[in-house]
This record gives sequence, structure tokens and C-alpha cells, in this order.
Amino acid sequence: MTVATYFESMEYGPAPESDGNVRDWLDAHEASFGHFIDGGFVAPADGGHFTTSEPATGKKLADIAQGSADDVDAAVKAAAKAQGAWEALSGQARARHLYALARMVQRHGRLFAVLEALDNGKPIRETRDLDIPLVARHFYHHAGWAALQDTELSDQQAIGVVGQIIPWNFPLLMLAWKVAPALALGNTVVMKPAEATPLTALLFAELASRAGLPAGVLNIVTGDGATGTALVKHPDIGKIAFTGSTEVGRIIRAETAGSGKSLTLELGGKSPFIVFDDADMDSAIEGVVDAIWFNQGQVCCAGSRLLVHEGIHDRFIARLKQRMDSLRVGHPLDKAIDMGAIIEKGQLERIRGLVAKGVEEGAEAYAPDIAVPEKGCFYPPTLLTGVEPASTVATEEIFGPVMVAMSFRTPDEAVALANNTRYGLAASVWSENISLALDVAPQLKAGVVWVNATNLFDAGVGFGGYRESGFGREGGLEGAYEYLKPRAWAARKPRKDLPPLPAAGPTDSFEAMPVDRTAKLYIGGKQARPDGNYSLPVLSPKGKLIGEVGEGNRKDVRNAIEVARKAAAWSTASTHLRAQILYYMAENLSARGDEFARRLVAVTGVKPAAAQKEVAASINRLFAYGAWADKFDGAVHSPPLRGVALAMNEPIGVAGVLCPDEAPLLSFVSLVAPLLAMGNRVVAVPSERFGLVATDFYQVLETSDLPAGALNIITGRTAELGKTLADHDDVDVIWAFGARELSKQAEALSVGNMKRTFVDNGRAMDWYDPKIAEGRHFLRNAVQVKNIWIPYGE
Amino acid sequence: MAHNLALGETGSDAPGLHGNALARNIGHSLELDWINDIQVNRSAVERRCTTLGGRRSVKKDAQAGWLLKAITCIDLTTLNGDDTAARVRRLCAKARQPVRPDLLEALGVADRNITTGAVCVYHRFVREAVEALDGTFIPVAAVSTGFPAGLSPHDTKIREIEASVADGASEIDIVVTREHVLTGNWQALYDEMRDFRDACGEAHVKAILATGDLRTLRNVARASMVCMMAGADFIKTSTGKESANATLPVSLVMLRMIRLFNERTGNIVGFKPAGGISTAKDVLAYQVLMKEELGRRWLEPDLLRFGASSLLADIERQLEHHVTGRYSALNRHPMA
Repeated sequence: MTVATYFESMEYGPAPESDGNVRDWLDAHEASFGHFIDGGFVAPADGGHFTTSEPATGKKLADIAQGSADDVDAAVKAAAKAQGAWEALSGQARARHLYALARMVQRHGRLFAVLEALDNGKPIRETRDLDIPLVARHFYHHAGWAALQDTELSDQQAIGVVGQIIPWNFPLLMLAWKVAPALALGNTVVMKPAEATPLTALLFAELASRAGLPAGVLNIVTGDGATGTALVKHPDIGKIAFTGSTEVGRIIRAETAGSGKSLTLELGGKSPFIVFDDADMDSAIEGVVDAIWFNQGQVCCAGSRLLVHEGIHDRFIARLKQRMDSLRVGHPLDKAIDMGAIIEKGQLERIRGLVAKGVEEGAEAYAPDIAVPEKGCFYPPTLLTGVEPASTVATEEIFGPVMVAMSFRTPDEAVALANNTRYGLAASVWSENISLALDVAPQLKAGVVWVNATNLFDAGVGFGGYRESGFGREGGLEGAYEYLKPRAWAARKPRKDLPPLPAAGPTDSFEAMPVDRTAKLYIGGKQARPDGNYSLPVLSPKGKLIGEVGEGNRKDVRNAIEVARKAAAWSTASTHLRAQILYYMAENLSARGDEFARRLVAVTGVKPAAAQKEVAASINRLFAYGAWADKFDGAVHSPPLRGVALAMNEPIGVAGVLCPDEAPLLSFVSLVAPLLAMGNRVVAVPSERFGLVATDFYQVLETSDLPAGALNIITGRTAELGKTLADHDDVDVIWAFGARELSKQAEALSVGNMKRTFVDNGRAMDWYDPKIAEGRHFLRNAVQVKNIWIPYGE
Repeated sequence: MAHNLALGETGSDAPGLHGNALARNIGHSLELDWINDIQVNRSAVERRCTTLGGRRSVKKDAQAGWLLKAITCIDLTTLNGDDTAARVRRLCAKARQPVRPDLLEALGVADRNITTGAVCVYHRFVREAVEALDGTFIPVAAVSTGFPAGLSPHDTKIREIEASVADGASEIDIVVTREHVLTGNWQALYDEMRDFRDACGEAHVKAILATGDLRTLRNVARASMVCMMAGADFIKTSTGKESANATLPVSLVMLRMIRLFNERTGNIVGFKPAGGISTAKDVLAYQVLMKEELGRRWLEPDLLRFGASSLLADIERQLEHHVTGRYSALNRHPMA
């Protein structure tokens, strides 16, 4: 090609980014890397290495150490050794370190960008213009949280040593999302980068050390899934933060159940991309390009289900196909491409297989007739039309450059289709009608909603999923809390078992009441007999039979969950209404305070004054959450664009609550009230031994205007009911307080639908102390944050 | 798409530099539904423009080829109060020979008869320019209709067009009455544009929307569509006299309207960004935008013009750098 031929053809021509500096760096390491532990590279304990290569060419880049359990242990030891001094530095001092890391990333921006593009196969445009600037932004932002920690987060403390496992699709960016908050808030880190893309993490660790980060604060152990397993199982780790597939997330959840490890999971998605008929269609089409052909579609939050209003569907699809014809696929270092290489052969095969499956199930596949490199791992941008919700490709995450398209008729149907998935990571809504867009956004089950945009990220705006897309948030204040624990909880001691009750004799009888009163379950606003129609005796501490409660079984749980699911109006009720009802509950409990106190004396054996105190504390707690109901607001973020991101605290949905035996009325109220205040519908299992306290409570509910189904009470055997709640796939969150085994059971069984968990790990709570048992920590666990991005401008 | 102008079509069958191979836009009746349906999301438009620069890059030989093409699309312009006949003659001389012959030789394009796309002047200098360009195919464009504000009496505007055409202008750059856009009086805008088009006769008409005055992208889109319905051959961003000149977002919106109008009517309309395009880097960004949004065919001078005065000098310097490997200076190139 000559100047003259370009003058005629007006083709783009080659525009390669140089990789010389990266090759120099690899050469300097003789293309072989150990782990980065305690401030330097160390050889793997068992000497094993594996290869990382360029997806675009298949050429080897370097030998990488295979991490063994011994390597992980060495890294954890180094991190543990460094953690005390690191946390003891002032927040301001840690802020300086984070700031230095941000500057370091900027100084070496192009080196990181080129290395990432080579190791991952993604276009240099994306690493240079998106990944690396966001990496720097995360360290800047979290330098800020470090600087503010001593004043703004003083009721919290660092978790300790954090294990972090990141995926191959955004290697350095995911490192930043995890390392920045962890280090900022006083934790030290053992990180395992993805097997396929370990290089930028190693470069980062090396340059961080050069920038003065103390030894042991950040350790990198490379390796495969086995290395990750060793990290997850390590007893001295206080938290695991994982980004990756839902499948692996599930294994990690099960593995860490009952260990007391904190957990953040960013998992898969099948995010909807909704186009209404009043959208800016051309812009929406560019949105599709940014949604599914960004990073070759290997994005957990990729808009991969295109939902288009039926009236514009055909025009939109025709225009989209036309747009696809001008996409360019090529070598990642080519500066004139839209898409680079798929990460590896296995992934390529998986994409091929799923597209074939889609076609087999009736979809029509369109891929533009454009040049795709024949060697290396490449897949063309692809659109599947004629896809039905029942199609495999409509439900399975493809994790490749494949969009599936469907149509809808009304906004309601768009929402229904959008939410018809096990996932809930992100959503994109296109409409020029602000009323429509802002009506739809809160109805979408997704942690991030972009209005007239897609794939926008910022360190100050939390990111994370609903449902099986995981839990926990990265970025923003909500992300900072993921790396902290309440100071007030640190001193809790393991709960002591209650003294065993003497068995009731078969001939015991309870004191005659003037008229017999039967304690029932409370389901859907009605007193209900237990399905099995059995009762359990309630004994006084001295073993005297003082009453009976219904013995709920799994069918009662099922019935309760069903009505709770239907009581959706409670979640959308105004916060003012919820506040009023909580106050009203307090009022009605107060009116019957003496009766509750007498009951507490009878069932628990406490002195009358103590019982009065518990009733008074319970009334206070209801008042407190009445107060919180209209005050635990979200935030309006100002990310770097013309627009806002609304962080909304949304109810999680249907909650199962297991209550402990201590302070049975107060603990029951303390657990149920924050969930109700935030708009969750609750199925509560009260203290097994003191269940009569809760059955009295439903009479308070009946006089307090609480809508049917908002709070349901099932008495019975806690472990058995807890099991049904924990593995019920229509329960969104479970709170387990009581015996340690309950925590473990709840966490272990939550994997079915990846429900959120909030547990006490068998540690006793002083329910009277509001610092421990009331307030923001409970409220944060009663909501999930949805960030709605709204760029604007006429 | 009509006229077999598929997006991305290669240039093998592209017309000669100044050939009029394409049928002119015959326009369409005023369709208010089309106007009212137009939606433009400014943030999304800006995002597309911001990322495009990273998605496409034109380097080395390709860049030189593209810059030479850009020269053929320049409406080399002087629109100043102190313009004189001699000044216009100098401009025309530059239009005939925009790049030093030794550079064209070194670039291997000496045989391509590279000239600018047109020369653009006020009515007063049309005859001067026509004479100065005698023997070339370089058209003379006249700004007209009370340029730049466009607030002269309608009859006067029509007579002004007729006078320029009579003096030999083959392209007329008209300005629209911004009031019609700002008040949503689409019928008035349509009628005005129709009259201008009729007055032009065989001369091609470029409709200057003065996008800096229209303020919103939605206004730009709607005005574009109305002017195309009324028969504009080109739509053009700016007079160069508004507070805001051509921008990529404004251009993207206009290009999308050209595409939509083409889809709906089969008519082909050209695009002319004007004002503020002064560097080779700028012009490449516009060329990339054209190629990506409308396709290869819209990179030729019958569908793309750049209204510019200082742009050419920067392109010349870049071309010399391409030839010598050394950075060039303005004084090494003859001024316009």
C-alpha cells in the first residue's frame, strides 16, 4: 500500500502500538516469575511453573509460578506479620501510600496498558483509555477513604488479612477494585490473579514495592484453582473477596460457611439492555456496541439480553446489523479495532457451542462479513435474533461477543423479561422519557442500572449484584464497609448454652386459664394452625409446663414465604408509612407492656424488673427503627461525567430470620424491626425455647396496621426451620442468630440462590447495647444498594 | 439503502474529484412526524465521539493519503471584512496548487491533480474567483442570504442567491433563519429553504444551520431533517461566526440525520463541518466519523467539504513531515 493507494481506498492501514517496553520488562525478568511475597519475588515452594501466553497469537509470554498451599501459607504469614503495623499507621499515613500507588499507575500507564493488552487479548484502546485510568482513579478515591477513616469510620476496624481472587477479564482493574479499599482501610492482602492473566498483578506488586509500599502488605500468589482453594481454606484469613463465575462463587460460599470469614462475591450476569420506542435509537445502538462488544463481551455486567420494544424491533435490528458491519476485529495492539482476542481456546469453544445451541433452538445468528484474524483466539461480533426466554442462550451467560435479542410490548413486560433471570448484576435502560426511565430503573433486579448508557464505572459508585450475581459492593462507601467490621462486635464472646430444661412429665398440666388460649403460627396476617398440627411444650426454667406453641414444619415455611413474596406492597410502601407502623407497634407493645413482662418472667425466669427492662428496651428499639425507616437514605454520587448516580438503599426482598434465646422479646424485635423498616418482608422463627413471647407479639401486629404477609412468625425447632429457610430459593436473605451451627447451616445452604446472609457465628450479643444491637450495621444488612447512573444533558 | 451506497463501500467506483455523478437531493414533502419523532441523547452522542478517536487510528502512509483526500474536500475560505480582489486571487492560486509540487512528487501523487474542493467567498468576490480559477474544475462557493445572521428580507436573500449564481458561483452556502428553529416553526424553515433551493437553480445549495445558535442537539437534528426535506444538497454546521463552531457531537447528529433521510427517501446529502477545524488531527477525526457513520463514499468532495482557512497549512506541514521525517514550519509552505 502506498500513499496513492490509501488516497484511493481510504482504508485505515496498520496502526500498531509498540510493545518494546513490555518486552524489555519481560526480558529483565528472563520471562519467568515467582510469587511476590513479603516485598519481593520468591520461587514457588515446589518449583512448579505454568505458562501465560498471548491469546491473539498463542505465543508464550512468561513462566508463572504455580502456587501451592505452602506458598499461600507463606504469603498469609507475611500479610499477617505486616497487618498490625499497617493498620496502626494513621489513616493519613496509609492515604499517602495509596496516593503513591495512584501516581505510580499513572507514571507507568502505558506499560500497564500494553502488558494487559498482550496478556489478556483486549484492545489497547480499552486498557489505555478505560482500565488503567480507572485503576488510578480507584487508588485516588481510596486514598481518600484512608485519609477519612479515623474521623468518618471510627466505629469500624480493619478485618485483618484478606484473600482476594480475581478473574482474567479485567486483571489489573479487578486488582485495583479489591486492593485499593482493602489496603486503604488497614487490611493486608494475599491476592491470586487469574491463571491466564497474572502479569499486570506482578508488575503492579513490583512497582508498588518500589513506590514504598511496606513488605507483606500486598502479596501476590499466582496459580490455578487449587491455589485459590488453598487461599479460601486458610484459617488465618478474615475475608475472601472473589470476582468470577457464579459456579466458583457457590463453592467458595460453601467452603467458608461457618468459618466466620467475611465474603464478597462478584459473580456472573445476564444483564438486560432495554430499548423503549422513544429512545435515541442511534445512540442505543452504540450502547449495544459498548455493552456486548466491549472486552469481547467477556464482561460480567455485559448487557447481553437485548429487549427492544416490538414497535421498533425490526428497524432496530436492521440498523444494528448495519452497525455491526463496520466493527473491526484484530490484534489487541492495533489502534484501529473494536474487538481483540478471546481469552483462550476453551472459552472460544464454549462460545461456539452456545451459539450453535441457540441456532439449534431456533435463533437466527448474524455475524458481519468482516475480517477476523485466522490465527489466535478470535470470535466475530454476533447477534442472535428470534430468541425466546426459554432458549438456552437467553438464560446462560455466554461470556463472549454474543447478543441475544427479544422484544416486549409494554414497560411492565420489559421489566418482567428483564427480571426473568437468576442473575441481577446490571441493566441498561434507553428512553428519552425521564418518567419512564426512572419508573423502570427501581423495578429492575440489578445492582447497577445505567440510564441511556452502559458499562460506566467509577470508584465512588458502588458496583455489585443482586441474586446469583453475588453480594457485597465494590467502590464507594458501601464498598469500604466490606473491608471493615464494627468495633463493638469485636468483643463478643461465644454464646453459652442455656442450662438444659428438666423434661416435662407426661402428667404435667399448665395453670388453668379462664378461657383456653392457643398459640398459633402467624402467616399472611392470620393466625394459622401448623400444617402438621403438632404442638411443642413450653416449659418454665424450673421445668414446669406453662403453655404450648405450634410446631411449624417446612410446609409452614413454604406457605409463609409464599405470602411474604406476595406482600410486595410493603417494599414499595412509603418510608413514612413504614415509620408510622413501627411506631404504632411500639405504642401497642407499650399498652400491653405488663402482660409481656409477666410472660417474660414466666418463660425465662428473670426478675420482674429485668422483664420490664426488656419490654422497655424492645419499645425503644421499635421506636429507633421507626425513626430510621425514613432516614436511612441512599446517596447522590457525582461520578466524573455530566450526570448523577443515585445510590438507592433497596429492600432485599423476602428475609428469613432465626432468633436467639437470650432476651427473647428484645432480640426478636431487634432482628425483625430493621428488616421491616427497610421494606423487607420477613418470616421469623422466634426463640425455640421462649416462642410464646413471639406468639403474644402477633396480637401487637394485628392491632398495628402491619399489612398481611409483611411479618410472619413460625414457632418450632429452629435448626429444622432454619434449614428450610436457608435452602429455599425464594428467600433473598437469611439472618441467623443463635447457636453457632445455625450460622454455618445458613451460610452453607444459602448457595442455592446465593442469598445474602447475616450471622453471629454463635457469638452472644448484648441486645441492650444499641452500639452492638441497633443501627446502621443492621440496616446495611437489611438493604442492598442499587446505583442508578443518569447521565443527562440536552 | 438506495443508490447502492452501501456503508463501507470501497472507493473503486468513486466519482472523479469534482464530478457530479450523484443525483441531487430532490427533497421530500415536509413530514412533521419525522421531525417530532427525533430523539437525541447528548451524553450518549458525546460518548460515541469521545471513544471513536481511540477506536480508529490512521497512521503513516494511510495518514498521508487521508490528508491528501482531506485537501480535496476543503472549501478554501475567506470571509472577512477586509477581503479584497487580490486577497481572493491569492486564495485561488493556493486552491489550484494547495501542496508544494516537490512534496506531491515525493508522496507519489503528482499525477492526481490535487486541488481544494472549492473556494468560498462573499458574493462581492465571486466573479473574481471564477476568473482566477478559470481552466480548473474548482467550483466557487458563495455565502449568501444575509450571511452570517441571515436576517435580511427574504426577497433580498433570494436576489442575493440569484446574483451569485449569475456571477458564476456553482455552490451557494445559505444560512437559515434561526428563529424558525428556535420557535419550532418547521413550515417556515421548510418554505424558506425551498425558496433558496429554487433560487439556486443548477447551483448546489449548502444549508448552514448555525448550530452554535441552535444550542441543542435536538434542534440541530430537526433543522437538519427539515432542510434536507426542502432539498439541501449539503447540510453545514456553522458560518464560523457563531460563538460555537463545528464539533464532533454536532456533526455526528447531522450525519445520523443524513443517514436517516437517506433510508427514508433514498436521497443523498453531503456534509460540511465548518469553523474551528484547523489541524490535521481535527480533520482526521472528522474523516473517521464520516467513514464510520456514513461509509467510504462520504469521504469524497461531492459529499464532504471542510469549511476552513488555516487547516490547509497544518496539513502541508504534516505532509512534509511524512516525506522528510522532520517536523516542518509554516514559512516553508506558500500562504493562501
